[in-house]
Amino acid sequence: MMRRPNFPALSPPGLLFAMLGAAALFAPFMTLAANRIVAGDGVAMWNVAGPQVTVVALSAVITALVAGLFAGMARVRLIGAIIGLSGLAALLAQGGPALLVGAGEYARVSPSSGFWYLLAIIGLLAADAVTELAPKPTARAALLIAVVGVLVLLFQSGALATLSISNEFASRKGAFGDAAVRHLWLAFGSLAVAVAVGVPVGMLCHRRERLRRAVLPTLSFLQTIPSLAMFGIMIPILGWIGDSFPAAQAIGIAGIGFAPAFIALVLYSLLPVASNTIAGLQSTPPAALDAARGMGMTQSQRLMRVEFPLGLPIILTGIRIVLVQNIGLAVIAGLIGGGGFGAFVFQGLNQTATDLILLGALPTVALALAAAVVMDIVIDLTKTKSEQAS
Amino acid sequence: MRIASLIRTFLIAILLALVLRPDWFEWAFAPFAPVGGPIIYERASLLSLSLSHLGLVAAASMAATIVSVTLAILVTRPAGAAFRPLSRTITNIGQTFPPVAVLALAVPALGFGAGPTLVALFLYGLLPIFENAMTGLTTLPPATMEAARGIGLSRWQRLTRVELPLALPVILTGIRLSVVIALGTATIGSTVAAKTLGEVIIAGLLTNNTAFVLQGGLIVGLFAVLLYDALVMAETALSNRVGATL
Repeated sequence: MMRRPNFPALSPPGLLFAMLGAAALFAPFMTLAANRIVAGDGVAMWNVAGPQVTVVALSAVITALVAGLFAGMARVRLIGAIIGLSGLAALLAQGGPALLVGAGEYARVSPSSGFWYLLAIIGLLAADAVTELAPKPTARAALLIAVVGVLVLLFQSGALATLSISNEFASRKGAFGDAAVRHLWLAFGSLAVAVAVGVPVGMLCHRRERLRRAVLPTLSFLQTIPSLAMFGIMIPILGWIGDSFPAAQAIGIAGIGFAPAFIALVLYSLLPVASNTIAGLQSTPPAALDAARGMGMTQSQRLMRVEFPLGLPIILTGIRIVLVQNIGLAVIAGLIGGGGFGAFVFQGLNQTATDLILLGALPTVALALAAAVVMDIVIDLTKTKSEQAS
Repeated sequence: MRIASLIRTFLIAILLALVLRPDWFEWAFAPFAPVGGPIIYERASLLSLSLSHLGLVAAASMAATIVSVTLAILVTRPAGAAFRPLSRTITNIGQTFPPVAVLALAVPALGFGAGPTLVALFLYGLLPIFENAMTGLTTLPPATMEAARGIGLSRWQRLTRVELPLALPVILTGIRLSVVIALGTATIGSTVAAKTLGEVIIAGLLTNNTAFVLQGGLIVGLFAVLLYDALVMAETALSNRVGATL
């Protein structure tokens, strides 16, 4: 088989994306509903806004899909995807006000299946291209900051203010801020406690085979208990503590609310932290240990100066798992009055208000993704460091 | 391990009693119920809730197993190799999506009921199984693969007689992770009107009846722990067998 000169090969995933993307063009791009509860009518991409905007947005999306076809040219694919995403954002920003004209006082517009499909497809194209480019940790950090900055600007500029989710946000600005703070406290606070407990436990288990065989299965059974059940079991226990000890009640320990959610999250976090600490400490190359012994280091010096620094990337991987997991699990705290973004999700489910569900779910997903990217960067940085050291 | 099997039998007995004869435990839950309020959940039989809960988990996990193992096989063949980096990216991104968010996002698309729960359980269940199946199929001992080729096995024979049996314990670990997550997510499924044991806990939370909360929590917790234990035993048995035939 001869390859034609100067013509890049087509990539099979790119073909798949192009086909899915072409199909998604025909799904309703936005919905227009009479109020926030009723189901709306879908509006196709070419009926959302005026012809000029439509042509620009449509060509941007098609550019992204076509650029995605070429194998190997990751930079082209990334630029194409960025053009496509800008097109989607532009159409959303123009379509909102255009659809609301004469639609009534309580009318709501929201992005619909077509928008979400295209966002997912082009987003994956971009992620795939970035993975192939394999940027250095600093470049990845810059990319993350750029993406977050653009999103913040997009919301601050008011371009999306006519969307239904912005209406939900506008009527809950204060509550949203509180929920965000609560959510971060739940996720990061429980992580901090789990690290403070789990890392020393892992260090203790590192040289004690019998302790390890008792601790790890216990922790993994704890992690098996479904979150809602764990919260449920915490409620009577903490309720009893709160009722019996006035001092405990004074610091906010009660059956429902923040305390049971926080403690349940700590319990879930212990296993990944402890087991990855053990795995990290065990992963020290024997040569490094021999050298440390040869230098006359004591057992605790070896632990702190050799095994711990060399095992750090694996320990941090455990912390990454916990962070992503806790950001997700903290949603369930909304069910037991623990606050956080989950409160919006469950309120939205109760009122069948889709955009209120999104107001809780989207920040959670974004937070989890950002945490994963940041932790990956940190892990990569420590990896290169420990490679230089060894 | 006699103690382990004693504890296991004891827990199974308690679970069965909690589900089939909940009124036996009235004395234990009574202190947690509001004064004069109901102690034992009676709006639906606990047995029917358990069966529908386990049914949802089983259906979603089975579908997720079939789809993700098939995908992993396709991606590890030469023809599907182009999709391998993409499949890694999708698994990495997908696993950062919180299960509850997947459930909540399925509602706008599919409405309330068992439907969105089943879809959320299925979608979220795909990732751990796919990841483990990929690991299992790409880390086979080269010597064994060489030998399989050497004795003239066709590609299909190599897949069914060598690769899949060797990868099975790792795939089973993925299925276990997936089942445990599904069991927990199905509990939350009752907030979108799926019939699961979560209903008991939610009813307790809504009416401030800690007896219900505890009852539901204990049953779901015991199911999870026992199911996890059973799957771990199956894995150990399987990997011993694979180890013995190697």
